[in-house]
Amino acid sequence: MSTPVPNLGAPHPGATSELTVSDGLIAETTEVAAAPGKKKRKRGLGLVFWLATSWLVVVLICAVFADLLPVKDPLTPDVINKLAYPGPDHWLGTDGLGRDTLARLVHGARVSVVISVTAVTIGMVVGGFLGIIAGFFRGKTETVLMTIINIILAFPALVLLLVLLAFVGRSLVVISLIVGFLSIPIYTRVARATTLAVAEREFVRASRTMGAKNSRVLAREILPNVVLPVAAFGLVAMGVVIVLEGTLAFLGLSVQQPAPTWGGMIFDGKRYINEAAHVVLIPSIAMFLTVLSLNLVGDALRTRFDVRGSNL
Amino acid sequence: MSTARPLDGRVDEPLLEVDDLRTYFDTPRGVVKAVDGVSLRVDRGKTLGIVGESGSGKTVLSRSIMNLLPKNNTIREGSVRFEGRELTTMKNKEMRTIWGAELAMILQDPMTSLNPVTKIGEQITESLGIHLGEKGKTARAHAVELLKSVGIPAAERRLGEYPHQLSGGMRQRVTIAIALACGPKLLVADEPTTALDVTVQRQILDLLESQQHQRNMGLIIITHDLGVVAGRADEIAVMYAGRIVERAPTKELFARNRHPYTEGLLRSIPRLHQPSHTRLQAIPGRPPELIDPPAGCRFAPRCNYAQDKCLTETPLLAPHAAGHEAACHFPVGTTAGQEALERNLAAGRTAAGTPLDSTLIATAGAA
Amino acid sequence: MYVLRRLPSLLATLFAVSLLTFLMTSLLPGDPALQILGAENATPEAIAEVRAELGLDDPLPVRYLAWIGDALTGDFGRSYRTSEPVAEAIIDRLPVTAEVGILAIIIALLVAIPVGMLSAYRAGTRTDKIISSTSFGLLAVPNFMVAIFLILIFSVTLGILPATGWVNFTDDPVQNLRSALLPALSLAIAEMAVYTRLLRTDMIATLQQDFVTMARVKGVSNRRILFRHALRPSSFSLMTVAGVQVGAIIGGSVVIETLFALPGVGRLLLDSVVQRDLLMVQGVALVIAVSYVVVNFTVDILYSYLDPRISHGRSAARV
Repeated sequence: MSTPVPNLGAPHPGATSELTVSDGLIAETTEVAAAPGKKKRKRGLGLVFWLATSWLVVVLICAVFADLLPVKDPLTPDVINKLAYPGPDHWLGTDGLGRDTLARLVHGARVSVVISVTAVTIGMVVGGFLGIIAGFFRGKTETVLMTIINIILAFPALVLLLVLLAFVGRSLVVISLIVGFLSIPIYTRVARATTLAVAEREFVRASRTMGAKNSRVLAREILPNVVLPVAAFGLVAMGVVIVLEGTLAFLGLSVQQPAPTWGGMIFDGKRYINEAAHVVLIPSIAMFLTVLSLNLVGDALRTRFDVRGSNL
Repeated sequence: MSTARPLDGRVDEPLLEVDDLRTYFDTPRGVVKAVDGVSLRVDRGKTLGIVGESGSGKTVLSRSIMNLLPKNNTIREGSVRFEGRELTTMKNKEMRTIWGAELAMILQDPMTSLNPVTKIGEQITESLGIHLGEKGKTARAHAVELLKSVGIPAAERRLGEYPHQLSGGMRQRVTIAIALACGPKLLVADEPTTALDVTVQRQILDLLESQQHQRNMGLIIITHDLGVVAGRADEIAVMYAGRIVERAPTKELFARNRHPYTEGLLRSIPRLHQPSHTRLQAIPGRPPELIDPPAGCRFAPRCNYAQDKCLTETPLLAPHAAGHEAACHFPVGTTAGQEALERNLAAGRTAAGTPLDSTLIATAGAA
Repeated sequence: MYVLRRLPSLLATLFAVSLLTFLMTSLLPGDPALQILGAENATPEAIAEVRAELGLDDPLPVRYLAWIGDALTGDFGRSYRTSEPVAEAIIDRLPVTAEVGILAIIIALLVAIPVGMLSAYRAGTRTDKIISSTSFGLLAVPNFMVAIFLILIFSVTLGILPATGWVNFTDDPVQNLRSALLPALSLAIAEMAVYTRLLRTDMIATLQQDFVTMARVKGVSNRRILFRHALRPSSFSLMTVAGVQVGAIIGGSVVIETLFALPGVGRLLLDSVVQRDLLMVQGVALVIAVSYVVVNFTVDILYSYLDPRISHGRSAARV
């Protein structure tokens, strides 16, 4: 229902949709145009976006170069300094066994990054492919595919995950694969919705009318326009996967100890919540910042590429 | 409730008087001058047609008159007097006693101007409750009466129905019934027929006209279609790029239009007496951006009469006949205008650099 | 009736979901017979005997029919570990999960509806920005983190609510509520953020609709416009998503029940998964999936009451 008629409730020609609503529409306030002309919105992505991106880069560097970075060994206990507060010896303190928190965070980043990147890649490639097929060819292919997808989605994901994990095992690879496999349906939906939207656009229609082959339309017109929105969604999904790993660690089902994972660190730290809250706080903050950054970046890109959540 | 009631306020006082109204929006791209110095007057029982293409600011003008615009990031100057009361400075709280009761409005699209999840009856009785204190059976009876008066069959049954169960024309009748519920003194109809089928358009306009006569109500019809207001409005104001460029009693306007833009609008209406396959003349180009409107006459870039003067000096509304004003340096139908056109025809282009269309040259030469 | 029209699709989904549950647990590696017998008793003869007894050697369709047939009569078999009937185990634990989950949704909606409306009403102002960024931030906080901090604040520091344990409602309603509050809050925080953001977006769209302008021109007060005119048309996606989010709550209850040591279905699932108690896993997974499907079916029906366009057979013109 999008008519090109000017929206009568908010006739602000040229204003972005974000700004059109900034009048509160039926707001009671009578302040006339607070500082007219001062609001100069930058077209860029803003400081917060770049801060978030920097944080993600730091996490990525930690994950890739964990062994090369000048941090202590994540497994060696410093028996005298159990539950130490942050200080010159241990920049971020130590855990209940006296292991260096900073070192464990850096090494734990590897688990988070491997699982999330693998899972998201699998989901994106397979799910994206299926979604594009469904959205492009429509008809029976779509009906069958989407029925299956909807049935899988009718199952709470964590339940599926638990069952699979328990019976298949829980190495880093297996967990990544299973999570990736389970996330296929949601990417299929996103990709299908985006494909449907793109296929309706004029340049695609034009291309088809001019007699372009399906394969050509798919490769030249659809794919490039679907990849970016799906990737933006993938960033947000990465945050979900990181939380999921944390959840598994909490349930004792993540990668086996003593390998450090963020979820495992939070789970271990919970025991010392009375005497040394920082042991649980520091990994929590790391996880929170990472997920938040992924959400921020993903959201900013999603807005850019104009994927509407409502189409899902 | 069908006869004209005695009116409060002095009789010689206009119902609505808009004086030099300006409405600007502060947007990230700059200040949009959507309404830039508009003056109007509507008397009791009279109809004013405001005509302009989309983007001319006519919708903003109607919202500005109604005092419906958001208060922040909107700059509003000038005055709107409704029965002598200044509306521009009124708070929403005061406005609520006027909205619906004395000042009503109907919108373009009846699909969207009714609440999809509320029954018709409730939508009509709501304002009866607010302004007249009517409740329950009284309100229902009144609602039925209103629906009947706007020509809705089986009115009783309609009360319990939802908007999506009605056709577009029926829905617009319902919105008219809602607008008329409390006997307003002025009704602002913003493109009341644009979203409707041609056959239904006429019925709705006839309905508006008859209701207006019965109630001695002032009526403002805003439209992009001169044909809609042709036989109905007492006076027509032509709006272009946030300003009124010509204003005249309807007959006078059709007989002796002075502004080239009005001329263009009139030429783009198909006529029955023309042979079929006559090419309608479109006005070339688009209305200017309202953020940085061109200096001088805003219509100059699209105008066949444009001279150097038009690019630098802004024309003001000047009287041509009784009640007839136009804002043009070289008005249509005057010697100055004819000379300007001939000069441009000779040059093949206007002072603004717009080439003249050959078909236009033919008709213009014949005229 | 709309309900009747939707019934076939509900049955089809239920069938598919049960089939999926069955296949998932049946095709996975690991021989249940081996588990029942234990490694030391597992002679090939004994294994063959147990497999025959359980019907594990029958073809899959036969096994499925036998299983679903029993399940329909309320017989999910017995736990391989404890020999406790699966159905009883589930029925014992279901009320705990249901209570915490429903409480969580109620808390989330009670907060999200007014806050989301306020945010939309004051869109663009500082109030809105604070609400929007807070809810955005909360989206990045996993439920177990929320739980830990709630425990830290309310149990460890203030000592006003219990950190673990469960009291049955029939034993002591007040204590029951106290033991349910922190778990429910832990689940509610993320939902709150989701609902608030959703309602804000939809409400902003609604407030720009012509019918809101019409209501203003009728002289309707802002409060009435917000609650009577705009809320209902703005709550369609909220309802749908609330239904879908029940899945997240069920998933979350696995974590939360473990963390707060609650005897709920989530913990039962986790325990039986860890112990590879196949029939128990099957039973719990089926019950969870069926509840989820039924909840969303119910939401669908409620939806048709909220939006008259649907029950009258037209597709909703969604914005």
